[in-house]
Amino acid sequence: MADLRIGIDVGGTNTDAVVLGADGRVVAKAKRPTTRDVTGGLRAAMDAVLAELEGATDPPGASRPRDEPGGGVRSRVGRVMLGTTHATNAILERRNLGRVAVLRLGAPATTAVPPLSGWPDDLREAVSAGEAIVPGGHYVDGREISAPDLGAVRRFLDGVEADAVAVTSVFSPASDEHERLVAELVASEYGLPVSLSHEIGTLGLLERENATVLNAALYGVAAHVTGALTAVLAERGLEARPYLAQNDGTLMTVEHAARLPVATIGSGPANSLRGAAFLSGVADAVVVDVGGTSTDLGVLAGGFPRESAAAVEIGGVLTNFRMPDILAIALGGGSVVRGRGVGPDSVGYRIASEALVFGGATATMTDAAVAAGRTPPGAAAWRGRLPAAVLARAAARQNGADAREWAGDGPGGPPVAGDGSDGTPVAGKGRDGTPVAGDGAGGTPVAGDGAGTIADILAKAVAVADGMVIDAVDRMALGRSDRPLVAVGGGAFILPGRIPGVSRVIRPEHAEVANAVGAAIALASGRVDTILPAGDSRPKAIERAKAEAVARAVAAGADPSGVEIVDLLEVPLSYLSEPAVRVHVKAAGPLAR
Amino acid sequence: MSIDESDIPALARGCAILGTGGGGDVRTGSLAAVRAIRAYGEVPLVELADLPGDALVVPLSGIGAPTVGHEMIHGEDEPERVAEEVERLFGRPPSAIMSSEIGGSNGVAPVAWAARLGVPLLDADGMGRAFPEVQMVSMYVAGLPADLVIMSDIVGNVVTIRPIDGLWSERLARAVCVAAGSHALMADYVLTAGAARGAVIEGTVTRALEIGRATEGAADPLGALRDRLGAVRLITGKLTDVDRRTTGGFVRGAATIEGAGDERGRRLTVELQNENLVAVEDGAVRAMVPDLITIVDTETAAAVQTESLRYGQRVSVLAWPCDPLWRTPKGLETAGPRAFGYDLDYVPVEELTAHG
Repeated sequence: MADLRIGIDVGGTNTDAVVLGADGRVVAKAKRPTTRDVTGGLRAAMDAVLAELEGATDPPGASRPRDEPGGGVRSRVGRVMLGTTHATNAILERRNLGRVAVLRLGAPATTAVPPLSGWPDDLREAVSAGEAIVPGGHYVDGREISAPDLGAVRRFLDGVEADAVAVTSVFSPASDEHERLVAELVASEYGLPVSLSHEIGTLGLLERENATVLNAALYGVAAHVTGALTAVLAERGLEARPYLAQNDGTLMTVEHAARLPVATIGSGPANSLRGAAFLSGVADAVVVDVGGTSTDLGVLAGGFPRESAAAVEIGGVLTNFRMPDILAIALGGGSVVRGRGVGPDSVGYRIASEALVFGGATATMTDAAVAAGRTPPGAAAWRGRLPAAVLARAAARQNGADAREWAGDGPGGPPVAGDGSDGTPVAGKGRDGTPVAGDGAGGTPVAGDGAGTIADILAKAVAVADGMVIDAVDRMALGRSDRPLVAVGGGAFILPGRIPGVSRVIRPEHAEVANAVGAAIALASGRVDTILPAGDSRPKAIERAKAEAVARAVAAGADPSGVEIVDLLEVPLSYLSEPAVRVHVKAAGPLAR
Repeated sequence: MSIDESDIPALARGCAILGTGGGGDVRTGSLAAVRAIRAYGEVPLVELADLPGDALVVPLSGIGAPTVGHEMIHGEDEPERVAEEVERLFGRPPSAIMSSEIGGSNGVAPVAWAARLGVPLLDADGMGRAFPEVQMVSMYVAGLPADLVIMSDIVGNVVTIRPIDGLWSERLARAVCVAAGSHALMADYVLTAGAARGAVIEGTVTRALEIGRATEGAADPLGALRDRLGAVRLITGKLTDVDRRTTGGFVRGAATIEGAGDERGRRLTVELQNENLVAVEDGAVRAMVPDLITIVDTETAAAVQTESLRYGQRVSVLAWPCDPLWRTPKGLETAGPRAFGYDLDYVPVEELTAHG
């Protein structure tokens, strides 16, 4: 009975793991520090969640066949879904990247800006085995710019030492024949793996080419991740099928991920958005994921992350593949609190030893929130750990709250007076980072009254942090105020109970591991982005694009009988000889059994 | 002076500011300029006065659909073919390249074209800003006949048009552009330096560079930019509404900015057609085309282009006077508010904003 799923999400601070039952309930969960090699943290989180699973599912007092890895509850784990930062780290740190032969089909067009223009020198050096622009490619209307010059392709490839080839042809999202032709040549004559740009990005040659080259450079990393995950499963006696999370909130088989590793970049925020939707039961919401160092805001539309319209920079390189529209602000549970405000630095994973509530000496955002009466679920006792004088001053402040006016007047939105639910002052924040909250009666530090000063600083930090969140929510909500806000992540407790611009604040159970839940519940998807004629042939062409998206979803691991078209967007194009539309189709469905 | 690689980011920022929301993305042009300078060397920047009267100046611009230009980027040899055709027609090679439109991508890309040709860039352009239509250039306002267009496409075709007037020039050039795949390089008017005097807007490349440099490392980028432009700040606030439609190749719409801080309660609406054209507050016009209206990020003072306008952005709106050429009767007839369908009599921005 393979009725259990394990979801794992590697974040900047923590690696989270959950086990979900067939009914979608969280059966076990664990959080472990992320390690530099990523895989160490992955093993630790996996071990912790399996231990909890075995504790949770065994009857009390029963002996466990721990030394029989294939037996017991572990055999019920049918799938393991991993959202990881291996690929992101490889690019940011320029480590383990493959050498890529960068081939563009388009000459004599496009020669004014050769491949890898604008790349950071060190990344280019780490990745490029050589670059060439050869004849080929298409016009916007499907005519050939010139026939693909396969002789020139061979001459180029004969002269480079490469681990992989990246092929980008002009207008390939509409006409992919030349890329496919070159892929066949490379596979049959050189035996190298090939990245084709039409499978990776959309219109916008340079950004799509960049993403394609990064993808080709990541093949080695992809193989490493797959190997590590397979090994972690085998070591633990799990016969589960592994999947990797991608940046649109869906999954792909490890075989698919091996061809499209670049799609794993940015999967963390997508996972937390999908997990928030699942845990809260809300499909349209603003999601705020508060981590240790930063807070990510995203928007759920129909249960999927709203995607960014802007080009996305990865490791200093501009790309245009789909990414969730995320606004990150430097605010987390571990953000260091000082007289002038909050962060941007954080104690990160050292919070468990450095924060005041954990007996440390650094005032953090967690301490500020706890002083204001905001504690994680089941952690109300943390308040008692703050120095007595801090609490006394905080209490005095709350008693006098209605006598004072804490007004924010930043551009972030309407001024908010004291939040009645917990008496917490809320303030706006100026764009330059200057807190603009008025200070109250207790605001003047008293010489010699160290604890009182800390209390003031903590209270001010809460006001500043709330202002940052309100401002960010307003930016992401795009003027709509009828949607709820779903608060997730380990630091979600620092958020206030009421936030202007949203209908209510939802704090679902297991919110601290929403990202891992999101990985565990994800669907598989496929997408097509192309240009089609707008005339009589349009309906048939759109049907073909839909069929292609479905086929790609199935290739990524979806059950053919369950795939649906979840997104269809048509944008008319201007200035063309024949009317044309740009069409985007996305299909998604549950994983095949 | 010369333009080298290190000048390109500032030039691009300045051209984006002068684009008044339109003129196209400066990024691809910047990459092409850096690449060409590395390959062919720095580009001398010359003044009109430096050139002999019979020296040929070629105003160049890229034309076509932005979606296409982003995908089917210019070939490196396109300017060379235009130059060869100029030499065939006039019996001597171009002495300088000029930007037809300093605002946006066509302000930066000519650096690449001049570098490729090994000729100087003229410190001037045909608009002093960005405009959507081919005839909205200073050469037309100055009365020079629109009787020569040279176009070069990505595969090497060269088309020379001898139109009878500006209308035919636009019509034929557009047809050629579509046939060439909706993307081409165009020389519209070829001028002698003598004829260019009074018919081009001088000093605009230097001005774009100065504008771009004004915000570099500034503690108050917005203030520094405003001082450099001699601009009035119409409002600082939040973008609360963007109404944008694409019709007939143009983006039309309006952006609404609501004041913040001391300006809470105020509301400014910017009417746009590719470029920002008219700014209105409480029914009163605060600035109008051909004066320049640019929406910038309040924090960084970087220009926000029409296609990038988004709800919630913290922006400021700056307005400043256009070149005097646009304030002449012919200039206003060509690119004044009525040329864009607004039933408004032109009033200079200085007068509109003189009393608050």
